[in-house]
Amino acid sequence: MSYDLQPLFLTFKLAAITTLILCVIGIPFAYWMAFTKFRFKPVVETLVSMPLVLPPSVLGFYLLLAFSPQSFFGFFFENFLGLKLSFSFSGLVVASVIFSFPFLVHPVQSGFQSLPRSLSEAACTLGKSRWQTFTQVLLPNIKPSLLAGVVLSFAHTIGEFGVVMMIGGNLPGETKVAAIAIYDEVESLNYAAANFYAVVLFAVCFVILLTVYLLNRKLFMKIA
Amino acid sequence: MIEVDISKNLNSAQGKFTLSLKLRIEPGEFISLFGDSGAGKTTVLRCLAGLELPDTGIIKSGGETWFDHEKNIMLPARNRHAGYMFQDFALFPNMTVRGNLEFALRPGAKKRRVDELLEMMGLGELQKRKPDTLSGGQKQRVALARALSAEPKLLLLDEPFSALDHATRVRLQDEVVRLQRHFGLTTVMVSHDIGEVYKLSQRVLLLENGRIINQGAPAEVFKVGLHAANKETRGKFTFAAEVLEIETADVVFAVTLLVGNQIVRVIATSEEVKNLQQGDRVMMMSKAFNPVLVKVGI
Repeated sequence: MSYDLQPLFLTFKLAAITTLILCVIGIPFAYWMAFTKFRFKPVVETLVSMPLVLPPSVLGFYLLLAFSPQSFFGFFFENFLGLKLSFSFSGLVVASVIFSFPFLVHPVQSGFQSLPRSLSEAACTLGKSRWQTFTQVLLPNIKPSLLAGVVLSFAHTIGEFGVVMMIGGNLPGETKVAAIAIYDEVESLNYAAANFYAVVLFAVCFVILLTVYLLNRKLFMKIA
Repeated sequence: MIEVDISKNLNSAQGKFTLSLKLRIEPGEFISLFGDSGAGKTTVLRCLAGLELPDTGIIKSGGETWFDHEKNIMLPARNRHAGYMFQDFALFPNMTVRGNLEFALRPGAKKRRVDELLEMMGLGELQKRKPDTLSGGQKQRVALARALSAEPKLLLLDEPFSALDHATRVRLQDEVVRLQRHFGLTTVMVSHDIGEVYKLSQRVLLLENGRIINQGAPAEVFKVGLHAANKETRGKFTFAAEVLEIETADVVFAVTLLVGNQIVRVIATSEEVKNLQQGDRVMMMSKAFNPVLVKVGI
């Protein structure tokens, strides 16, 4: 019996693109959060953490409103970037980035904060620019945190269901990711197909997390 | 020549106080800032390095203005060419010993400088090791070599030997003196160890509550030997000590003192203990006539 592999492919494509975007914006953001003296930092921190506690439907509902072409956000994306956000793959990417943001930012931010301040000060007295310090001193010394952040946000995007349901719907090849496909198959009493998707997701997430723990142990052992 | 005239409000465990000092450092000079912890020594060093901002005043080095409050000038640390040795050494854990030194090289500097420094500091064997695998003394040497690798015009040492055992400390002090002379480096050291200050520095500034209360050659400041201010202390053993306990023993008093790391008990007259109480800092003097000297191995 052959199964439709498209939902799986879509899931991993979504997770990969989301993680990539998260790295680009999340790591500098985590750096800023770790060292800023901004007065309203607690407010920003709270906003970043909101997806951890909010029901996905709440966020999904507001994103749905924001993505509609009648809203400023949706209008801007559609007319200036040529991206239709509601019920589309691009919309899923934007939503996943927002939803997985804390999973990348938290570990990376605490990684930065755990480094002694003297490290960046030393680089500074040695005449190094902020960029050189960031790329050559800070980032290489928080490798375990970076790894944790990347993998957690990847795995979390694979597992996302509620937000996708709210804003993506169930369009094959566009927004029908594996988690939705399982729901869909169960609804039509097609348990074998649901089981197939479920087993693949289970196995993939298990392997990813196991790799992280093994790698981190190796990294820590190298340091110790 | 470096000219410093700064002030900064500080919060310490003892409450608020103002750090305020005026000082000139000649090229090639080795000066020490000496005082209790919380006197503002490290802050002075950090202001010199550009890691902290004074509230007002100026800092000038040669023809360069590093800091001028009125003209709103603040030269960032990276442009000051001031080598700073941190108390925790701040070696980069992701780089090898050699990597740490190479990272510090100025753009366009020759890699040979790293080889020279590794050899000079006896780090050749350790060059491929990561900092976490080094002992305290080795880390200290790497930190010093790394600071020198960046060709500093000014060397700032923040309690450089405090984390080391006695033997390593003595050996590294000799090394610092040798390198400082070799490169003719203007050096400012922060310390609360009299022996270290006495041995290394040409001039010592005594800091108390953010102010310089005394300065001069170490022998003058610590009032020992021929430099002693009055006849009474001239040519005698003089030790700085802290009063731990005062007991009466009939007509005389027994005073327990902490001298360096040693506890000694001496007899004092009622006249001497009149104004003394526990925790007071005192000078203990004795005639330096025919003492017994025994060499000990280090």
